[in-house]
Amino acid sequence: MSEVKNILLVGVGGQGTILASKILSEGLVEAGYDVKMSEIHGMSQRGGNVSTQIRYGKKVYSPIVGKGEADVIVAFEKMEALRWIEYLRKDGKMVINDFEIPSVPILMGQAEYPQGILEELSENVAVLVIKAAEIAENLGNSKAMNIVLLGALVKAMNVEGVDWKKAIQNNVKKGFEELNLKAFDTGYNL
Amino acid sequence: MKTIMTGNEAVARGAYEGGLVFASAYPGTPSTEILENIVNYKDDIYCEWAPNEKVAMEAAIGASVAGVRSMAAMKHVGVNVAADPLFTFAYTGVTGGCVLVSADDPGMHSSQNEQDNRNYAAAARVLMLEPSDSQESKDFMRLGLELSEIFDTPVLLRMTTRVCHSKGLVELGDRVEMPVIPYEKNIKKFVATPANGKVMRKNLVQRLKAMEAYANTAEINKPEYNGDEIGIITSGVSYQYAREVFGDEVSYLKLGMTFPMPMDLIKQFAGKVKKIYVIEEMDPYIENHLKMAGIQFIGKEVIPEYDELNPDIVRKAVFGEREEGIKVSQEAVVRPPTLCAGCPHRGFFYALSKKKNVMITGDIGCYTLGSAPPLSAIDTCFCMGGSISSGHGAAQALRKTGNHDLKVVSVIGDSTFFHSGINSLMDVVYNKGCNTSVILDNRITGMTGHQQNPGTGYTLMGEGTEEVDIPKLCQAIGMKEENIYIVNPNKLDEVNKALDEAMAKDEPTVIITKWPCILKKFSPQDKKEFDLSPKKCSINQDKCKKCKLCVGVGCPAIHSGDNIEIDKVSCTGCAVCKQVCPFNAIEEV
Repeated sequence: MSEVKNILLVGVGGQGTILASKILSEGLVEAGYDVKMSEIHGMSQRGGNVSTQIRYGKKVYSPIVGKGEADVIVAFEKMEALRWIEYLRKDGKMVINDFEIPSVPILMGQAEYPQGILEELSENVAVLVIKAAEIAENLGNSKAMNIVLLGALVKAMNVEGVDWKKAIQNNVKKGFEELNLKAFDTGYNL
Repeated sequence: MKTIMTGNEAVARGAYEGGLVFASAYPGTPSTEILENIVNYKDDIYCEWAPNEKVAMEAAIGASVAGVRSMAAMKHVGVNVAADPLFTFAYTGVTGGCVLVSADDPGMHSSQNEQDNRNYAAAARVLMLEPSDSQESKDFMRLGLELSEIFDTPVLLRMTTRVCHSKGLVELGDRVEMPVIPYEKNIKKFVATPANGKVMRKNLVQRLKAMEAYANTAEINKPEYNGDEIGIITSGVSYQYAREVFGDEVSYLKLGMTFPMPMDLIKQFAGKVKKIYVIEEMDPYIENHLKMAGIQFIGKEVIPEYDELNPDIVRKAVFGEREEGIKVSQEAVVRPPTLCAGCPHRGFFYALSKKKNVMITGDIGCYTLGSAPPLSAIDTCFCMGGSISSGHGAAQALRKTGNHDLKVVSVIGDSTFFHSGINSLMDVVYNKGCNTSVILDNRITGMTGHQQNPGTGYTLMGEGTEEVDIPKLCQAIGMKEENIYIVNPNKLDEVNKALDEAMAKDEPTVIITKWPCILKKFSPQDKKEFDLSPKKCSINQDKCKKCKLCVGVGCPAIHSGDNIEIDKVSCTGCAVCKQVCPFNAIEEV
């Protein structure tokens, strides 16, 4: 099954992971791949974590990825990178947004936000750290953070023959196409 | 044309292509999006949210009897509610094809249990189909409507979370327009009195034989022979996991129709392979059929009987090995779901959590999260609509046994109250109970993502309609007007006063908390009735003594670090925290 590639997008509800996954999977479908995508959102709107798994290749069976099988993981939030690291292949790549969203136990002072995540993960795997919120804000809207990360993810995936511009234009809100295309390019060219 | 769809979108598409005319459902994860997608075909399909699953099933039955293709959709526990009409519908059979979609939730992503509803098909004796991906979700829905008419039976389309919520490629087709079957009065077929029912039961047994014969030759029960060493018998998404793990090296019998079970086909397959694995999620359903036929196999002794399956689990079960992921020294802190910033349930639960000597019976919905710390304001949760009736039982038992110190408060949401809570409240009033029933009216069905219900004033298809007046409804079933309290849940003094008065009475009382869910799209009426202008709260650090009482309201916008701060983005200005601060350090800005 080695020709099937596995991508994980992980983050917190409200960060736009689902939209990014949608653009990613539509782009891959248009390029002729068999694609399966699985969403796991345990009440994500209420502060839970959210993840989508995308598998593409000639023929895909399982919609979900096993531990140690993801080729690329993009973490929209830093602690989520830590939560999902087990799913990465030993030679996989991780794109991490340097952005913290404390969970309820941390907000209540019952737990500490883990320290040194980027350092520890960098020691173990190939990590690209991005300050996507700042980049998106400089482009004009911090909400485009997800598309900056998508750009960086696509670069890391090293996949060819996909019309990403079209997939983005088809999926983002009207009037925001240009901003999002810029966000994608910026992420891609980091 | 191929497009990428979730299983739920594909079920809706299959219903459309299959000439469906009527659809009804009660929302519940993972089934909710089926009707939310059917509404896209509202020019051809009439669709509605029903107050509960039994009503949805009965309405679909009526539409079928009237001669059109129909469906009802629900989550697995919803089938428990709808089971009463289902079992008799299996006796009578259909006129227009009728499919019941059961969306099961192995792994309990958002459910109170993980029951395997394949058992319902066998118990009710209705034909069952189990799709394993989006393409099959569409195809099987369509096929289900056809088979329902061919075999004169309701069809159970059994989905699971992973099929409902995963996306895959789907080939779209055209809609077949089915002529309406002219209505004919047929008392012997549709009136299930004992005399008629005895005949129906005989017919049902005959029908089962015909269905089993079909199952043995049906294309969707598909053997794939790749050698005679290992054969795998599987159904639903488990097939995909098995394919992932075993590849093209072994033989498969993929069962798309699993009731009645194609026993001839299974025996044939079993005779051609040396070793059989049964790979199925949840209950030993296929396995038990094999046992009855005396076929040797390996199944639940290695494949778990609980939780969701995945390729890792299957691989480990069969080969005893597992892909090792990367290990690091730190662990991520859990991210439990919580009541949103600005949730109108928070103020109410905060006030309730401070009351002494109270047992709080809870229900199914967002407000079940009131059980989580720091509020910890729910003691029980069983099933949809059960809070008021279980509270009634508890209160009567306490009264009977002379414990007058412990009070019972039952909490339920608006949609859940209409679902089945109203029956429970009738029970309380008529039988002179004494629990305080709280209807948390946030003007929408919150948990499943904002579906209309009989209290919101809009239909699924977007039309304005008559909304149920909850206080008047309570009066109509005998609740005294002076025992009905209507409060703004964000105002702690109002909530406290109502709770104290209501709990002090030895007769049925109702508190209705009324404030819209902060995430919903506000209707013109909402904007007129409630002050929803944007507001924020902020902590004056000079006045803050870091007593952390505000942290105790459990609001995700309040951050407790070196300083206690309120996040400007997520705060909605509900000001519940402001009311608990003894130093007036929280200000509305």
